[in-house]
Formats: sequence, C-alpha cells, structure tokens
Amino acid sequence: MSIASPQAPVVAVETPFQRLRSQFLENRLATFGLILLALIIVPSVLAPWVAPQNPFDIGKLDIFESQLPPGSVSESLGITYWLGTDGQGRDVLSAILYGMRTSLVVAFVSVTGALLIGATVGLTAAYFGGKVDALLMRIVDLQLSFPAILLALIMLSVLGQGIDKVIIALIAVQWAYFARTARGTALVERNREYVQAARCLALSPLRIIFRHMLPNCMPPLIVIATIDLAHAIAAEATLSYLGIGVPVTQPSLGMLIANGFEFMLSGQYWISFCPGIALALIIVAINLVGDHLRDILNPRSAQ
Amino acid sequence: MRLFTGKLATSVAALMIGAMPLHAADLMIGIKSEPSSLDPQFHVLATNMQVAFTMFEPLVMMDAFASPQPALAESWENVSPTEWVFNLRKDVTFSDGSPFTAEDVLFSFDRVAKVPNSPSAYTLFTRQIESVEAIDDHTVKMTTFQPYPLLAADITSVVIMSHLAAAGDAPEGKTTTELNRGEGLIGTGPFKFVSWQKGADFVVERNPNYWGDAPEWDKVTMRPMTNAAARAAALLSGDIAVMEDPPTANLSDFENNPDLTIAKAPAGRVVYIALDQQDRESPGISGTDTNPLMDARVREALFISIDRHGIVDRVMGGLAEPAGDLVPAHFLGSSPDHATAPTVDVERAKALLAEAGYPGGFSIVLGSPNGRYVNDVRIAQTIASMWSRIGVTTEVEASAPPVFFQNRDEMKYSAYLGAWGNGSGENLTTLNALVNTYDREQGKGTANGGRYSNPEVDALLAEAASTMDDAARGAILSKADAVVLDDFGIIPVHYEVPVWALRNGLTMEGRADQYTLPQYIVSAE
Amino acid sequence: MLVFIINRLIQAAGAVVVMSMLVFIGLYLIGDPTAMLVSPEANDLERAAVRQAFGLDQPIWMQYLTFVGNAVRGDFGRSFLTGQPAMQLILERMPATIEMVVVAIGFAVLVGVPLGMLAGLRPKAASTKAVMTVSILGFSLPTFWIGLMLIMFFSVYLGLLPASGRGSTVNVAGVSLSVLTPDGWRHLILPALTLGLAKAALIIRVTRAATREVLPMDYIKFARAKGVRPRRVVGVHLLRNILIPIVTVTGLEFGQAVAFAVVTETVFAWPGMGKLLIDSIIILDRPVVVAYLVLMVFFLIMLNLVVDILYMAIDPTAREKVRDQ
Repeated sequence: MSIASPQAPVVAVETPFQRLRSQFLENRLATFGLILLALIIVPSVLAPWVAPQNPFDIGKLDIFESQLPPGSVSESLGITYWLGTDGQGRDVLSAILYGMRTSLVVAFVSVTGALLIGATVGLTAAYFGGKVDALLMRIVDLQLSFPAILLALIMLSVLGQGIDKVIIALIAVQWAYFARTARGTALVERNREYVQAARCLALSPLRIIFRHMLPNCMPPLIVIATIDLAHAIAAEATLSYLGIGVPVTQPSLGMLIANGFEFMLSGQYWISFCPGIALALIIVAINLVGDHLRDILNPRSAQ
Repeated sequence: MRLFTGKLATSVAALMIGAMPLHAADLMIGIKSEPSSLDPQFHVLATNMQVAFTMFEPLVMMDAFASPQPALAESWENVSPTEWVFNLRKDVTFSDGSPFTAEDVLFSFDRVAKVPNSPSAYTLFTRQIESVEAIDDHTVKMTTFQPYPLLAADITSVVIMSHLAAAGDAPEGKTTTELNRGEGLIGTGPFKFVSWQKGADFVVERNPNYWGDAPEWDKVTMRPMTNAAARAAALLSGDIAVMEDPPTANLSDFENNPDLTIAKAPAGRVVYIALDQQDRESPGISGTDTNPLMDARVREALFISIDRHGIVDRVMGGLAEPAGDLVPAHFLGSSPDHATAPTVDVERAKALLAEAGYPGGFSIVLGSPNGRYVNDVRIAQTIASMWSRIGVTTEVEASAPPVFFQNRDEMKYSAYLGAWGNGSGENLTTLNALVNTYDREQGKGTANGGRYSNPEVDALLAEAASTMDDAARGAILSKADAVVLDDFGIIPVHYEVPVWALRNGLTMEGRADQYTLPQYIVSAE
Repeated sequence: MLVFIINRLIQAAGAVVVMSMLVFIGLYLIGDPTAMLVSPEANDLERAAVRQAFGLDQPIWMQYLTFVGNAVRGDFGRSFLTGQPAMQLILERMPATIEMVVVAIGFAVLVGVPLGMLAGLRPKAASTKAVMTVSILGFSLPTFWIGLMLIMFFSVYLGLLPASGRGSTVNVAGVSLSVLTPDGWRHLILPALTLGLAKAALIIRVTRAATREVLPMDYIKFARAKGVRPRRVVGVHLLRNILIPIVTVTGLEFGQAVAFAVVTETVFAWPGMGKLLIDSIIILDRPVVVAYLVLMVFFLIMLNLVVDILYMAIDPTAREKVRDQ
C-alpha cells in the first residue's frame, strides 16, 4: 500500500484505510460512483423486504394488470407500479430489484471464484517458477488469446442453462486475468525477505503461498476484481440476452431487457428500457469506483 | 396496384435515404425463419414447404381451411378402399415449357424415399403408399397398404418435380445440394426460381408458362428476419410489404395504424397442457406420495382454473381463440359439446381438489419449451399463476426446445405445455398423436407425453382410421374426442390464429397451414 | 523462429482437440437434436432412422473418432439441419461477418486514434476528461445494450435506419458485399457502430497511453526544438512512433471482434457466421458448432502468430508492454 501520489494530503496520524478513504473521496466522480453503487446495491440486497411485490410469487400476479405504464395504481393490490408492469403483470421495479440481485449474485460469486482460482494458479506459478511456471502461463496465455464471449458461449452450450452454470462459465473465462496479475505481483513478493525467511524455516509451500504471499498480493487483485464485477454483470446480461444464460423464469437484468424488447416497438418502452438503465447505471458506477481505486492503489498506472 | 405502389413509394421516399426505386410489381415479404433447403423433398419444415409452393404444385392442394382441393389432379376417386385414381390436368407445362405428365408424378413420388441425409423425411406423407402406377399419360393410380382415408390430405405435401429437369446421376436425380444452387428447380407453380442466398433473400419471378391465373407480382422476395421486433420495424419503415407473425404485443398498434392492415387465418394449432397420468411418483410433483393427476377431479380442477380469455387477451394479444376442444369446430371430427371453452371457476376448482383429498393443494412443475411456440413461456407462466391460485403451487421450468423435447420423451415432466398443428383438416391425426395409448411400433400416441391411455378411445380411433366415408368417420372421431375431454385427459388452452401484417392496400387470404404464399397476396382495388 | 511457429501450431492443434472433444460430448449429453428437426408427426421408428442417419445411435466415443477421422481429411460433417457440409455453410456466411468487422474496426481506428492522441497531448483538458469518461462507457456497457439503444433511437424513434438484416448485396468474385450499395450501407451502419464503439474506446486508451509514452522522448523534443511545425511533429514524428502498439492492438482486436460479432449479429439479425453459431447452438446442430470452433481457434491462433511475428520483427522488446494495456 505504498502510495506516493503528489496530491495526497499529508496528515500525521492516519491509518492506511483512512488514507485510502480520504484519497478516494477526493475524486468527485468516484464518490458519485460509490454513492450510486450503494443506492443500487442496498435495495437490491434487501429486495425481499423493500420491493413492492415478489415477482416470483406467481400466484399473486394478475395477467389483467400486465403492460401498465409507469405510475399506474394496481386495483387488486393497491400498490403503485412506479415503473409500470411487464407482460405478465409483474411490477417492473420489483423485477429490476430481484433481477439486479440475480445479476449481483452471479457477478460476486463468479468473480470471487475466479479470483481464488486465478490467485492460486498465479502464486503457484510464481513460487515454483521453471517448468511449472512455463506450463501454467502457457495455458493462461492460450486462454487469454481466446475471446471470452466465445468461451462462455461454448461452456454454456454444453452445460445448459442455469444460474450455477452461468457462474461456472464466468469463472472459466475470468480466472486467467487473475492468474496473470497474481503471478506478476508474486514474482516481486517471492524475493522479499519474509518469503525467504519462511522458506528457511522449511514451511510448506502451501503455507507460504497462502498464508504469507497471498495477503501481500491482494491489493492489485482486488482492484481487478472490482472492475471485473462490471464485466461479469455485463457478460451475464449478454449471455442471458442471447438466450443461453439464466433461465427465463429467474430473470436477471439481461433477461428482463431481452424479454421486454418486443414491447418496445409498440410504445411500452418501460418494460425493457428501465432494466436497461439499471444495468447501465450499475456498470458505470462500478467502473467509476474501480477506475479510481486502481489509480490510488496502483501508482504505476496513475501516471 | 397503382394505389399500393404510390403509397409505398411516398412512405419509402419519406423514410429512406438513397433508397433504390421499387419496381412496379415487386413484393417483399419478411418471413420468420429461413428455409433449410430448396429441395422440396429434403426436410419437412413449414418454411421449406412455403418456398416450394411458390415454384411447385402438388396433385392435391389444401385450401385456406385445410380442405383438399384439386391442383395438378383435377379429380380423384377411390376405386376400392385401398386404390385411388387421380386424373391429371392436361393443359399444364413446367416453367421450362416441357409438358406435365404422369411420368413426373411417378418420378416425384419415387424420389421422396431416395433423398439422403434428411432431418425429417417426406416419407412421412408416402409411408401408407404401396405403389404408384401410371394408367396412361394423365391418369395415376396409387395403392395403399390398408384402407387409409387421409391419403389425399397427405399428398398435399408432396410437390411434383419435372422428371426431365430434376434427372441426374445420383439415385435421387438432382441432389439436394444441386437444387439448393437452383439447378433443376423446375415446377409448374405460378413463380419460377431466380436466386437464393442462404440466410438472406429467396427470390422468384412470375412463371410465364403458368396454367392458372397469372399472379400479380413480377418478382417476389422472401427475406428471413428471425427477430419479430426487427420484422415489425422493417414493415413500419416500408422495407417489407408483408410480415409473418407480428409480435402479439404490437398487434393493437398495427390495427390502429392507417398504413397497415392485418390478415388472419382460420384458427389452427391447439396449445394444450399434457398431464402425467401414469401410476407412479410423478417427478415434478411434491407434497404428496401418489400421482394426484390420476384423479379426474384433480385434472378437472386444473382444467377449469385456467382463464383462457385472460390468456388470449393479455398474452396472445387477441391472436388466439379460447379452446375447449383439441381442434377448432370447423374440423372434421371435432366435438360439438366442447366447441365453447369452459368458463373459469376458481371456487369449484378448489372444491374439486378438496373432494379429491388435496384441500391444501400440492406443488407441481410445469415444463415449457422456450421459443418453440408463440409466447410459450409466457403462457406457461400465466397458467402457473392461475394454478397457484387454487392451491396448486406451480413452478415453470422452461428449456431450449431440444432439451425440452428430450425431457418430454423421457417423461421428466408432470405437466407440460405443448402445441399440435393439424394439416389434415380432421381430428384423426391430432387424437392419434396426443391421446392414443403410446405404442412405439405402431406409431400411435407419438406425442402423448402424459401417457393418457383409454381403451375405449383407442378402439374408436382404430375404427375411424379404416372408415373411408367422411361423415361416418367424423362421427366416430367426435365420439372419441368427447370421451377424452369428458375425462379431462388433456387440457386444451387455445387455438393459435395465424396472423400477418401487410402494408395498406394489400390483402391476403390467411391460410390455416400458415404458409405465406405470394400468389394469394393481391392489392385491393 | 521456426521452433516458435511449430510450437504455436502444436498448441493450436491441442486447443482444437480439447475444444472439439468438450463440445462434441457436451452437445451430445444436453439434448436430442432430432427432436427439433423431425416433424412432430413422425413416429419413433422414423425418428430412430434419422438418428441413425446422423450417426447419433453410435456410442459417443465412436462418433468422435469418426468425426476426427473425417476431420483430418477436411470433412467436418454435414449440418443436421441443412444437410450441407458444415464448413461450407460457415464459409458462406463469413463474408458478411468479416465485412461488418472490417467496417467496425475501421470506424474504431478513425475515431479512436485522433481522440486518443488528443487526450494524450492535452491530459488536463476538459475534453480529455470527457473523452476518457465516455470511453469507459463504450468499453464497459454491454454491446447488446448499446445495439438495442441504437435500434430504439435510430430505427424506432427516428425511423431512419433499418433495424435488421443485411440489405442488398453485390456479388464480387463470388463474395457478396453490401458495402457497394447505399441500401447495404444503411443496414451496415448500426451493427458496425455497435461493434465498433467498444473497440474505439480501447483504441483511444491505447493511443493515449502510447502518445504519453512517446511525448517525452528525445526525438520529439529535438524536432520541436528544431522548429518543426507542431502539426508535423504530431502528424509525422509522433504518429509514426505510436503506430506499432496501435497496429498490434488493432490486429488482436480484429480476432476478438470476429468472435464478438456473435452478439451484434444476433441483435441485428445480421446473416453472418456468429448468428449461425447461436442458431446452431440452440438447435444442437453439432457439426456446425464444432466446425465453427475449429475454424475460430485456428483463425485466432494464426492471427496471434502473425501479430507476434510482425511485432518481433519490428520491436523484440516491447511486446509485453502492449499485452499489459
């Protein structure tokens, strides 16, 4: 966490976290991103408690209240459909909150999985070096040269649909980025004294890698993971749009957009447009935060 | 015609930048899927048949109501229950000028079984035929293995190719690949082949040698546009003049749009729910050890809890008719007692469930294909919602069609949404496929995924299959149909109404078989 | 060098084998392709006959070995749906995809390089901040969403451009092109723009980074000191030196764009090979999916190889830098 940004305020007593926080909040755009992110994530996580309706409780849906424009009031439920209803009579706002939940779960789980696998591979390669390194990195290179979308497509076409399968596919396409970064960082760490010391103590490689090196390699990985969250959300939406992602009965944001698109031509724009805006907002928010985080944590790219 | 061209030209001029001039009588049709081949005997697929019927004709052609009418055969008769004699038209020439004779009929029927690599062979329509003989140049006799009343309906799908033009070295004459390139695509139809680019336009022009009324169009282009929203946009902007299957969501808008008109066909394909009726622990049902669907009262509860009008209005955009039967009333062998759809009755449904021993209901998984039938998943979700209201908590499991059909065939669903199109105009094929006891060898009950089985129904259907007299057969079929429906053996939901949207000034006769045939599209004058 | 090339080819072969095996077995397990193809009125015996004709009645390992045996002779099997050789089917669709990708990449370079240079030359300007923020959007918003928004605005709201299809084409030496007709261009603009935006964002970033790296170099300072006109410094001295990373990235991105065309083609119903892939995946037309994959893996590895060789020929040390962008 050595930071040498010239604009950094020099305050004598400050924990690294406080410093990070004050540096982060300096950038108005990033702060805006963080607030936006909170505004999206909190209600999504709390969807079962804050959403006006449970869109999956299909017994409560009324087909005669389908395709209502934003602001309509439900006759049977007495609630206001702030963003209208979709073709099933589902409250679009609730569908977005639950859909966002699905998107976020897929993104978090897949990024975490990719980070763990990637870090393990990267650290292993860096620690052992030599042939192990060459072999692992060759696989990583090969995978990186292969377009992510194609790999995900193929994984899903053979795995079938389902949230779990989308997560597996996304881990498969993302782990290599983490592996490459982890290796780069770990190559530096490997020669640090604490690793040398641990080796002299004849600690097991497993222990050295995970207990000693991993924590020190985390900052750049976390930066990548943040931005990767946006990629994962976008990728999941794309796959669902193509019809091979999450099942149509558990709509994520991408699925909501795809399902609603047929209504767009007849003027019922809200069914597809509102989830689309939600998708764009979360991706932008994550990028604003991630981009700035990278500038702070990684002096090299701060330029 | 002038009116139409003028109108289209102005709207096109207004909307397009640097658009190409439209020819006086060109017609552009946006079709929903592309043909897999131009070989009219390669793959039984609606789009392939539709494309074939522009260039080729069968001996007997279905009219808009799926009733067989004379085409290349001007008349036919049963000389015995297994022998059919077809009298061919004498004034017909192929588009290359060569005369049409019995030899072309023999060649075409012989070719059907010889086309290799077919994903779905046309032998489907010739499997009952033992032999085809020429009595003279313009008379053909067909013999079936056993009495088979549906022969005339079956051969409406077998078009006649020129035995001269389609001759070749391969056993089947011109191969599918050659025909796809346009070689040997010589028929007697109103249009002749111009070009085909896979994934893109199929183009035909007027056949100057056509024996019937000349079609209005000099040139017709069929452009596959699989995305319904995109097709609608193209119609609105004037890129195409006719579109198949406008999205149901757009229909009311289209009806109010002064630039567009709507054409509808008679109601056809039935959308239904099949229920698992095997004495087993049904895979998608929880909350009970036995299969509750074995009880007719439970089936009735599910039957009457569906608000068919709600589905037709809100999901299908009015493009369907609520169904109480498996075929629409104008079909031979429909059941007059079930011509109107039952009204929804939630209270009675709950009472029936309680009476059957399920006062608290149970849970069930409803299988549905995703993207096989019009609005399939949305229909399934709506039904799930209606069932949930009577206490049968329903979860929809939607899968890509190949996965869905595999699951259905492996009987992994306790209930599933299906649809059945009937091209023969009578109930026999529908009942045979959907409710006859499953019999692999005899090809009965091929789509009976719920394994409904009733010996009475089977006996009636067997009797109907060998009854050559239409009225008598119709009566037997009505009876069999009524037995199934009174038993709630299957749940009809609605009949799809095929629909087209056209630029104003055009009219077309919508066909029950859903083929978009340019010879039947005319400008209103 | 030769060892390097051979090494890469072996890798390519390995990737092809692994991929094809995975897809082959996966598609076999997931569902029954004949269910969609065979008419619902066919009975089980007729269905079994079709399965037999496709070789689907054989054990899976046998099917794979047959496939490999034929594939080494250049025969990738016939599409279940059309009965045509799968590879031929793909190659027929290829020009449409390549055409769209070339236009998209062309657009990305024409927009991306000047904006990127501008951003590099004036790092503090407000315009730079705006460009860089927009480039984040271009880069992170999903392509399909951008496509849908473009359709909504240009096709539905303004009614200016068609929402789908390829328009009229002209046949040039057996290849149909739509860039030669006005109608073709009208159809091409939106899909190419959709695909090109993300690439433009990337090229902006690469160009900016390269510009900033080259600017402090002595020869630029020298040229400036010598009194060379600023326009010439930027247009000749600077541009020549940032060209290498730009060309490299563009080359690599070309391959990515061909793959990513899958999404754009689906949104715009563009009849290219990406659309063919999606359609084939959904109906489980295995020969087409496998053939596409083999072709794509081969194409990508070749593209990488060519880029690498060119790059090493120009500048053996700078490769890692570009990769890190």
